[in-house]
Amino acid sequence: MDCNHVFDFKVKRLIVVVALLSAFLSIRSSAYAQTDSLAAVAGNEVPSTEVHAEGAGHGAPGGEEKFEPTKVIVEHIADSHMWHMWGETSIPLPVIVYTANGGLDLFSSAHFHHGKEDYKGAVNTYRLVEDKVKVVGADGKIDEAASASLIDISITKNVAAMFVSVVVILLVFISAAGAYKRRTGKGPRGIQSIVEPFIVFVRDDIARPNIGHKYAKFMPYLLTIFFFIWINNMLGLIPIFPGGANVTGNIALTLVLSVATLIIVNLNGNKHYWKHIFFPDVPFWLWPLMVVVEVVGVISKPFALMIRLFANITAGHIIVLSLISLIFIFKTMAIAPVSIAFVLFMDVLELLVAFLQAFIFTLLTALFIGMAVDEHH
Amino acid sequence: MVGSIAAIGAGLAVIGAGIGIGQVGGKAMEGIARQPEAASKIQTAMIIAAALIEGVALFGVVVALLGNNPI
Repeated sequence: MDCNHVFDFKVKRLIVVVALLSAFLSIRSSAYAQTDSLAAVAGNEVPSTEVHAEGAGHGAPGGEEKFEPTKVIVEHIADSHMWHMWGETSIPLPVIVYTANGGLDLFSSAHFHHGKEDYKGAVNTYRLVEDKVKVVGADGKIDEAASASLIDISITKNVAAMFVSVVVILLVFISAAGAYKRRTGKGPRGIQSIVEPFIVFVRDDIARPNIGHKYAKFMPYLLTIFFFIWINNMLGLIPIFPGGANVTGNIALTLVLSVATLIIVNLNGNKHYWKHIFFPDVPFWLWPLMVVVEVVGVISKPFALMIRLFANITAGHIIVLSLISLIFIFKTMAIAPVSIAFVLFMDVLELLVAFLQAFIFTLLTALFIGMAVDEHH
Repeated sequence: MVGSIAAIGAGLAVIGAGIGIGQVGGKAMEGIARQPEAASKIQTAMIIAAALIEGVALFGVVVALLGNNPI
């Protein structure tokens, strides 16, 4: 059906635009209203289910603690104030908290004794509740108001694991860079032979095809995120001490990486890029809609990067932990070989995913930079 | 009750991703069968497309997780 005659007069066009916009807004507001009511319903339901779960827990016969897979899995993928080694042994990590009245407090998380004891600082007393530092009031209960304003900048397990990966990266790349300086014009040797294929891969398969001749300027950033994500993913797959932290499966870290991409893409955007966003070649009545869509597009691209990395790594860890949990859910040794075989299979798959996610993150960053610095038209 | 609905959501997300990755993989195989010399290029493009589809599916998984219990 041809509806073009509707747009013959400016007034009619404006009416159509206003009608469409109001229809769009009304749909949006009703959608919000629906989600709100849903959230309210869900909020009401939560306490009842909790009571149910508690009842089931108390009803369990014998003194043995009931195995809760969800709790165990979340405990393993979440950040923590200590680095668990085995059994009751864990490495204490420094806790650095800032409160408005007490100022900066620095102490070891060993003082908490796994949340069993409180730590008395100069002004405030702190308690560890579900791996979160809370302020304890004078009455021995948690002071919610003070805990909400508490700023926790501790060296947590994820931060410590990040330091480990940074040390690994520095050791590898400083020695490789030194070797390149010493052996100019000669073939690669030793550690150079490991890193050179990957650096050439990032340059020839990621940067050059997507960014074009201006790729050299962005190589340091692309190489940094590629190796940082890859080495963190690989260290996350090691179940024992130097690894074992879910660094790239932490949404705060992926947020920082994607914000870095957002800033680099937009700082390097040329006039074609900005014209495409704010003055796209569309009929004027489509313009208000297009600007909104394009601006959302600027934000949503790094947002998708953030969610993709976070969800891929977290999902991988959850799958491995669920397969291990099967042994404890069925309470039998017979399931162990099956479980171990599947875990081995998933871990090998995760090795591929670790590389693939670093590759995808770098590739999409290069693609977005390429779109921002493109000189066609 | 909330948990089970979240699980259904995750299942639906996986159906979509399965169809998508199946399409990508099938077409890539057709392409490789037709032009075996372009296999490496087709594989790279296929992996990128598969990862993008997987990313969308994982959005669903994350939402299901958040619905189940907040991380």
